Amino acid sequence: MARRNKKNSQDPIKESLLRKSISAKKDMFGRSLSLSALILIGVVVFSIFFFVLSRGLMAFTLDGINPFKFIFGTVWNPTTPDSNGNLQFGAFPMIVGSFLVTLLSALVATPFAIATALFMVELQSNWGKKIMHPVVELLVGIPSVVYGFIGLTVVVPLLRKTFGGSGFGILAGTIVLFVMILPTITSLTVDALRNVPNHYRELALAIGATRWQMIYKVILRAATPGILTAVVFGMARAFGEALAVQMVVGNAPIMPNGLLESASTLTSILTQGIGNTSDGSVQNDVLWTLATLLLIMSLFFNLIIRFIGKRTNITQGGH
Amino acid sequence: MNTKVTNKIAIGIIYFISALVILILAALLISILGQGLPHVSWHFLISHSSSFESGGGISDQLFNSFYLLIVSMIISLPIALGSAIYLNEFADPKSEFIAVFRSAIEVLSSLPSVVVGLFGFLLFVLKFHMGFSVLSGAIALTFFNLPLLTRSIENSLAAIPNLQREAGLALGLSKWETTEKVIFPAAVPSIVTGVVLAAGRVFGEAAALLFTSGQSAPQLNWYNWNPLNSNSPLNLMRPAETLAVHIWKVNSEGTMPDAVEVSAGSSAVLIVMVFIFNLSARFFGNMLYKKMTSGTGK
Repeated sequence: MARRNKKNSQDPIKESLLRKSISAKKDMFGRSLSLSALILIGVVVFSIFFFVLSRGLMAFTLDGINPFKFIFGTVWNPTTPDSNGNLQFGAFPMIVGSFLVTLLSALVATPFAIATALFMVELQSNWGKKIMHPVVELLVGIPSVVYGFIGLTVVVPLLRKTFGGSGFGILAGTIVLFVMILPTITSLTVDALRNVPNHYRELALAIGATRWQMIYKVILRAATPGILTAVVFGMARAFGEALAVQMVVGNAPIMPNGLLESASTLTSILTQGIGNTSDGSVQNDVLWTLATLLLIMSLFFNLIIRFIGKRTNITQGGH
Repeated sequence: MNTKVTNKIAIGIIYFISALVILILAALLISILGQGLPHVSWHFLISHSSSFESGGGISDQLFNSFYLLIVSMIISLPIALGSAIYLNEFADPKSEFIAVFRSAIEVLSSLPSVVVGLFGFLLFVLKFHMGFSVLSGAIALTFFNLPLLTRSIENSLAAIPNLQREAGLALGLSKWETTEKVIFPAAVPSIVTGVVLAAGRVFGEAAALLFTSGQSAPQLNWYNWNPLNSNSPLNLMRPAETLAVHIWKVNSEGTMPDAVEVSAGSSAVLIVMVFIFNLSARFFGNMLYKKMTSGTGK
């Protein structure tokens, strides 16, 4: 205290100029508070990767499972040993299952979504904006268990009646995922189409293009990166979807040999198994490896979206 | 082929497919509500669930859904608000450091919710010995919620014109004071809209909660509001099965004789809730906007 007084008495003006104002202190406080919130999110993401990866690699490091055999092995038999007394951990059936439902549902949903988006933006934009848009947004928000439940009570019995068999399987999963990602892809495609500036449309029509020519030759091409992003988003959602798929896919961990046979996906085996295995057992470790595969795939989808996002076919009037 | 004919055919196909999609989506909504609403009664909403007899309700699950939502919002809102403010107001847009955090948020938003749930299970339920509890579930929901909220708040802040910031700085306010007193209040209506929309998404989340808040709902005692009692609704350390988890569990376990009716009713309640969240998001946003700007709405 005495020292400060002495200093003050030496040069009060210099002191008051050099001292931080309350306002500046508050500024520092606010800045560091908000920065620490941001850093917290970074730490969360980092620790999710760290924990899941370290847990997922245990099956390879601690239990000595051959990673190559794990990914390409076709027999999944984690509890009962085979004739040689070995447990079989081949995740290929689940990997194939996951990719099949994802690709098939995206393949079916994309044309539907693009047509609906074109209808909403290019053909009936009033109707699209006022009625379709809120409905699509509402459907994007429907919880995935509800899709699963509808799959279980409507889709599966329908398949059973028409094709025989149990009704559970890749086809049921594909149909549920198709309905689930349809609103997602549609809504993002609508955004992509709206991003195409109006003078593109005017130019095309002014040189005598028909509406279809305008859509096909101009609008769709200009919006391609955006539409691709929408599709990849839908695929990422389908790939990571757990409960809706788990409820209808049948959950038999065998190679899918038909769209109507019971099959399984990474997420379905994961949700089913994690509660039934004890922490630290081989059976549990391999489930974490499946989770790691999911994590890596989601990172991969993210990279694709980034890669597409950087491209654009739209030039904002270069004059 | 004549271009005009091609045009007619193509446009016709677009109309046809769109009609098909509208049909599918309408059928979806109708089948959810049509199957479920007949089972929704006052009794269904206010009675406890029963595992082995028919006639159980969803009161505990419904309460748990709301409770988890509120707890997770209390945790995630300040964090999301802080990071959004830093990203939009303080951060240098060209900085590599910030780009890393931006991509971290993007990655978090695209993670499958089951992986987020498993992480919560590993860290909170097992490592921190919190067990299947409201708190573990709320934290897992927070991870799921943070990227959604951060992005929507950041967009709300970015929509405030730069003139406002310049005006604040020209008055001699510091950056933080400008943000706190000028930018944030102006962004509140659209922030509220974003928060309520995110709440609707979180309300129906199940995969992240299966292994964090658990799949069992102890019967709550509605007269005991002491948060330390194990059957009190407010207890943070009790397991809490939510409505969405309930639908999944009832269908996959199959011990309940009226499983289909219960899950149909629960699905309808979920959809109606999501619907209410969506509508009220618009309503509250508009109301606040009118109140704060004394304007006539957007």
